[in-house]
Amino acid sequence: MNQITSLARVFAYLSLLTIGGGMAAFPEMKFLTVEVHRWLTLPQLVHLYSVGQMAPGPNMMMIVSIGEWAGGFLGALVTVIAFFGPTALLTFAVARLRKRLEKWRWRPSIQQGLAPVSIGLLLAGSFTMARAAITGLETAMIAVGVLLILLRYKINPALLVVGSAIVGIFSFALN
Amino acid sequence: MSNPEANPLPQVADATAPGVGASTWDIFVEFLITGATSFGGPVPYLRTALVDKRHWIDDKQFVEMLSISQSLPGLNATNLAILVGEKLRGIWGSIAAILGICLPGGVLMYIVGIIYRQHGDHAWITAGLKGVAAAAVGLILSTVVELSKKSLAGKFDFIFMAMTVIAVSRLHQSVARTLIAVGILAILFHWPACAQKTNATQ
Repeated sequence: MNQITSLARVFAYLSLLTIGGGMAAFPEMKFLTVEVHRWLTLPQLVHLYSVGQMAPGPNMMMIVSIGEWAGGFLGALVTVIAFFGPTALLTFAVARLRKRLEKWRWRPSIQQGLAPVSIGLLLAGSFTMARAAITGLETAMIAVGVLLILLRYKINPALLVVGSAIVGIFSFALN
Repeated sequence: MSNPEANPLPQVADATAPGVGASTWDIFVEFLITGATSFGGPVPYLRTALVDKRHWIDDKQFVEMLSISQSLPGLNATNLAILVGEKLRGIWGSIAAILGICLPGGVLMYIVGIIYRQHGDHAWITAGLKGVAAAAVGLILSTVVELSKKSLAGKFDFIFMAMTVIAVSRLHQSVARTLIAVGILAILFHWPACAQKTNATQ
């Protein structure tokens, strides 16, 4: 039961940090799930996050796997509610107040001010991830390759993730 | 509707107006389909489903809702679900939309998590996952580049971005503390009375 309350607390807190995208919360997610609570190891967290990019729907559904590992079915359920509940309520409140917020003079200031911070958080998240995922020349080339292809061509990123898995398996077979 | 007086049943014509006629069940089903098929990120799929297919909202409303979703905590896809659901059917619309979009991926990752825990240490799987994790890094970096092109303007935005990265990655400050500290600084920099002045100097 202790695990369940920890899951609820950790994921409710993480959800409020996901400004700009789920990756913004990644450094904190690593700290809390790997170092503080030891629900999984860093390679496992990186793997689950990455596999989650191949799944359809919102790209952070890998939190379900963490919840299940730490607390079974109930853990998974609590994790999802904790991770999506608080931000859903906040967004719902904003939707209800939209008419009033449209004229609020601070609104553009908040949007403009938070944009660079949220991009910075995504970048910091990707550095945390890269430190664990980029282990040598081969993985560096995959990451740069995926980045350049996505910037140049309109291609479904999930296909590139699947392609990179095949590259990883091939290079293992060849060694 | 060019001649409303000639139309004997105006309420029938209203049924084709955006958002009218969407039941809670319709909303759930549409978001469930998107949740089950949107490989590679749900936002473009949501645009197709909500604007082109169902005509529940128009393109302008979609872009507006997306920009609100991006500046609030929470994932873009789930925030969009809440906003669209609320517009169509109030609180039940929001609940139907977020349940629909989360359910397929959630069930899938529940199963994947169990399989990975049992077989994740096989050499072949580890080799594949190594490629997948590297690809995920490239994927996030491309998101960073796209967002920067779209929403960063002027050198001060780059300074705020750099401050955020340095605080989290170098100084190992918590994301929450960084978000509050740099966020308040950046919002105050853009504060209403100053907005015109900074626009003039740029």
